[in-house]
Amino acid sequence: MNKLLVIAAAVSVLGTTPLVGQASPEDDLKAFQGYFLKRFPNVPLDEYANGVYALDAASREQWEAIEEFPPYEIAIEEGEELFNTPFKNGKTYASCFRNGGIGVKGDYPYYDIDKGRVETLESAINECRTKNGEKPLKYKKGKIASISAYMAYTTRGQKIDIKIPFDQRARDAYEHGKHFFYARRGQLNMACAHCHVDHAGKRIRADILSPALGHPSHFPVYRSKWGGMGTLHRRFGGCNKQVRARPFKAQSPQYRDMEYFLTYMSNGIPWNGPGARK
Amino acid sequence: MRKSASTTLALAGAMSLVMGGLTAVTQPANAAEGASVIEQGKALAFDRKKGNCLACHEIKGGAMPGNIGPALKNMAESYPDKSELRTVIWDMTKFNPNSIMPPFGKYKVLTEDELDKVVEFIHTL
Ligand code: HEC
Ligand code: HEC
Repeated sequence: MNKLLVIAAAVSVLGTTPLVGQASPEDDLKAFQGYFLKRFPNVPLDEYANGVYALDAASREQWEAIEEFPPYEIAIEEGEELFNTPFKNGKTYASCFRNGGIGVKGDYPYYDIDKGRVETLESAINECRTKNGEKPLKYKKGKIASISAYMAYTTRGQKIDIKIPFDQRARDAYEHGKHFFYARRGQLNMACAHCHVDHAGKRIRADILSPALGHPSHFPVYRSKWGGMGTLHRRFGGCNKQVRARPFKAQSPQYRDMEYFLTYMSNGIPWNGPGARK
Repeated sequence: MRKSASTTLALAGAMSLVMGGLTAVTQPANAAEGASVIEQGKALAFDRKKGNCLACHEIKGGAMPGNIGPALKNMAESYPDKSELRTVIWDMTKFNPNSIMPPFGKYKVLTEDELDKVVEFIHTL
């Protein structure tokens, strides 16, 4: 038989990529989580807060050893200090958030009906600053990652529970995020879903691909390769570059919408940030 | 001419280790002047900035292969017609629309000449 036909037949079995049409977010969520739970029957939903370590026992051991002296601890401490240091006008971050900003990471991302866009924790931190006469922070690393790490830390253990309101613009933001995630891009012509859905758990060179399910749960992360902390959007940009695509800016509408989609897909998984990764 | 050559080059510099980054190019693809076509094809296939086939395929002689795609072996048997092998590498999405494998020829990841050399090498496996 023609070799090419063999390939075509073999791969059509793989054609299980869930959702591409205009299903409701609820249907998408069921299909998305169902795909992973079926593919990795021994990995319970909660475990997806641990990224690739949910799937690979060998690297999990090393990671658990690292977690005993977490490299992100300094960032949490720095974040707490920044969080409690008053702005020039005497107010602090606490004044901008529900519950004084403790345990509220789970409020983000959400669709802000008045502003007409997705609000993320990081964009809310910067808005708090500008509202109080301070300059915004850079979005990928540094102080914003520390503050975000502290706020993630106080949210640990709560379950992700993102709502997509019944509002056309919110639905559109969700759809844009979903589309971005499944769209091929770059000279290498790959979608996020190729690596983190279709081939999750496989090795790309020496790296094991993490499942997209749970991706936003443990950010920001300390990454050895970065030698420091980075936000979720820093990672999005890195993964775009990897396929030789032009990355978008951190907090661009594209990345906000994708964060909205991905976090909603992870509903039910515990918030577990900050994290440590290779 | 490639439209976005300058962007592509700029980004190629920023790429990480996985799909071929700055750090780990062991062997420039056209290193050995006068190396046989097959050897040149092998160097191109293994070069992280060129074929980087090891990211996804086990290939004899290559360290730390990924396992996203099948091991590349018995190629002459599977592809008695070399041009068929070339077509697969030129654009796998022709055969599997959802393929993750980059369309090396169609998207000019490799030049036509580089592709020919890679085909020569892969056909020996
Ligand atoms: C060429 C394969 C590839 C593509 C395409 C890709 N990634 Fe990645 N991604 C990786 C690898 C390898 C890692 C590091 C190992 C891991 O955790 O998966 C990674 C890590 C990540 C992480 C961190 C996971 C963690 O637990 O900390 C996130 C988030 C992520 N990718 C999101 C994306 C998004 C969103 C896209 C599309 C814009 C994308 N990736 C496209 C290969 C890819
Ligand atoms: C990002 C992953 C990836 C990269 C990089 C990659 N491939 Fe593939 N390749 C695959 C997958 C997956 C398949 C299986 C068919 C499919 O589903 O697309 C495949 C199939 C093949 C086949 C058909 C195998 C058979 O048994 O008939 C050949 C030949 C091949 N690849 C050659 C190459 C060469 C040569 C390179 C580098 C120049 C390369 N591939 C790079 C993922 C990749």
